[in-house]
Amino acid sequence: MEILVCVKRVPDSAENEISIGADGADIRRDDLVYSVNEWDNYAVEEAIQIVERVGGSVTVVAVGTADAEEVVRREMAMGATQGLLLVDEAFEGSDGLGIATILRAAAQRGQYDLILTGAQADDGAAQVGGMLAALLDWPYASLVNRIEVNAGESLRIGREIEGGSQEISEIATPCVLSIQTGLNEPRYVGIRGIRKVASVEIPMLDAAALGIAEGSVGQTGAKVQRVDYFVPQTGLGAEMLAGSTVELASQLVEILKTKGGLK
Amino acid sequence: MVAKVFIFVAHTDGKADDTAFELVTAAKRLFPGCAPVALVTGSGLDGVCQEMAAALGEVWKFDQAALAHPNAELLWPLLVKVLPAGAMLLLPHSSLGMDLGPGLSVRLGAAYLPDVVGTEASEGTTLRVIRQEFNGQVSTHLHCDASGGAVITVRSGAFPPEATGSAVGQVSDRSGDAEGLTARRTFVEVIPAEAGDIDITREEVLVAVGRGIGDQENLALAEELALAMGAALCCSRPIVDAKWLAKSRQVGTSGLTVQPKVYLALGISGSFQHLGGIKGSPLLVAINKNPNAPIFQAASVGVVADLLELLPALTEKIHQSR
Ligand SMILES: Cc1cc2nc3c(=O)[nH]c(=O)nc-3n(C[C@H](O)[C@H](O)[C@H](O)COP(=O)(O)OP(=O)(O)OC[C@H]3O[C@@H](n4cnc5c(N)ncnc54)[C@H](O)[C@@H]3O)c2cc1C
Ligand SMILES: Nc1ncnc2c1ncn2[C@@H]1O[C@H](COP(=O)(O)O)[C@@H](O)[C@H]1O
Repeated sequence: MEILVCVKRVPDSAENEISIGADGADIRRDDLVYSVNEWDNYAVEEAIQIVERVGGSVTVVAVGTADAEEVVRREMAMGATQGLLLVDEAFEGSDGLGIATILRAAAQRGQYDLILTGAQADDGAAQVGGMLAALLDWPYASLVNRIEVNAGESLRIGREIEGGSQEISEIATPCVLSIQTGLNEPRYVGIRGIRKVASVEIPMLDAAALGIAEGSVGQTGAKVQRVDYFVPQTGLGAEMLAGSTVELASQLVEILKTKGGLK
Repeated sequence: MVAKVFIFVAHTDGKADDTAFELVTAAKRLFPGCAPVALVTGSGLDGVCQEMAAALGEVWKFDQAALAHPNAELLWPLLVKVLPAGAMLLLPHSSLGMDLGPGLSVRLGAAYLPDVVGTEASEGTTLRVIRQEFNGQVSTHLHCDASGGAVITVRSGAFPPEATGSAVGQVSDRSGDAEGLTARRTFVEVIPAEAGDIDITREEVLVAVGRGIGDQENLALAEELALAMGAALCCSRPIVDAKWLAKSRQVGTSGLTVQPKVYLALGISGSFQHLGGIKGSPLLVAINKNPNAPIFQAASVGVVADLLELLPALTEKIHQSR
């Protein structure tokens, strides 16, 4: 099975406090720790496991700046066969459809049976996978948490639905699936793994190489534009406690006692 | 130009979900003066259609056995067939909305606005909405060119449901349009979530642990605290993904919905998928090392602290106080 996995380099929200720059145009990016989008890491692990079972290859592709190389290389260290970087100034400011349009061009250069994306990335949009499927006219399923390869041209998949139940269906290949976290245990990548792939060449393609028309993607092609970032004025918020660790503990015990929090 | 606005009605057991009425509110805010049409798809729909007709002027019914288990691949061909050019369609940002919305927008040539939490006055065909990023750590204003229509998914709970019962609507039976639907993805079965050793939905005091606990071995600190309090232990999703606790301990939209009296959130950032599983306005106490964590907006009492320091001290204080 030839599998393409789309991965995005994102600020690691478990490692960072996200704050907004003075003019509201962007978040403060200077000291951010970046990593591969959590969902995408599960998608790569799943692709590797499928190939371990039924054979084939895993190609990892990212749209971004040249910095995206570090996450593509990391996923190659996990065991992906090839990497691909889609980098062009003309891609900047793309909306979800723009990113999907760029990824489609990359997908059409190969002969893939399956494309995996993460369910969502840092902006929580959960859109690129479904758009890519529609652009390719391939069937799609979102929030996939189980994949079994059938004999013949179909997969048996599980989707996570509300309340944690699982919806099982059959889907024809080639198809696009967006992957939910927790369906496997992504393997650990150590320094040695990274070193092993350090000198592997990762092809970098721009708009011209991908045959993408100017203006169809990027800021100019985007129907949806982000105007600014802001922190909303919401209600009162929490009553914040202050003091030393011991003082905080005492205050909490009092509150829990009066509110029935100690049984 | 008055926009042609449609809302997609999610329903269970013959009743419209809350989201349907929240979509009505969102539609009226986004398109002042519009008369939204309710789209009801599925099998055996009379009750839902009546309910929606009492709230809106017009309901389109698509009743077919094949739609009993809807999915994106079944629904997009139907919606592409029946929606007029330039339509504005609102869907819930649910597992079905996320499945259907993005691809449908491409097929319609419409813009896509996912997980909308707020709106501002639109200008002509430019829609202006509010979204959140980074699990609610920051918000954004978006401008969207909806001249070719728009597909909009709306976060559950972000808009108050519109009061029902004012209109006497027409149900128009369009089931014929949904005849002979085939899809490249077919439903097999639903496997219900497994029940756990304890039932966190019945517990009055819950200690919830999130990714901020850091390591599996630190989980013991939360367990000891829960034991001292006489509380049950539950968690956010990453703890289940890491297989540190069972799925039956997960609170949230893809886990369980709890309604305790007291909920102590330890190292949980406060994503809407987690908060969506906490009902009944408990005393929500949040401990987090990030003073800007969104959980502090939802919490009643907040403490900015490192769990690894505070939890042992708190457990000890509780023992002393007994
Ligand atoms: C379709 C879908 C369904 C989902 N369903 C659910 C669901 O049912 N339930 C759910 O929980 N999530 C769900 N999620 C995931 C959700 O989006 C969030 O990713 C998740 O809730 C984050 O969990 P968290 O708050 O524990 O981790 P994070 O967001 O990583 O937050 C960790 C927090 O810990 C704090 N912290 C770190 N170290 C310390 C320390 N030493 N002391 C104190 N604080 C510390 C950090 O400041 C941070 O705020 C779902 C996602 C999707 C896409
Ligand atoms: N810049 C990108 N490069 C590669 N893949 C991406 C990019 N942006 C989004 N994706 C893919 O689309 C998924 C969903 O992202 P989103 O629709 O942005 O929430 C991600 O998990 C990735 O698999």
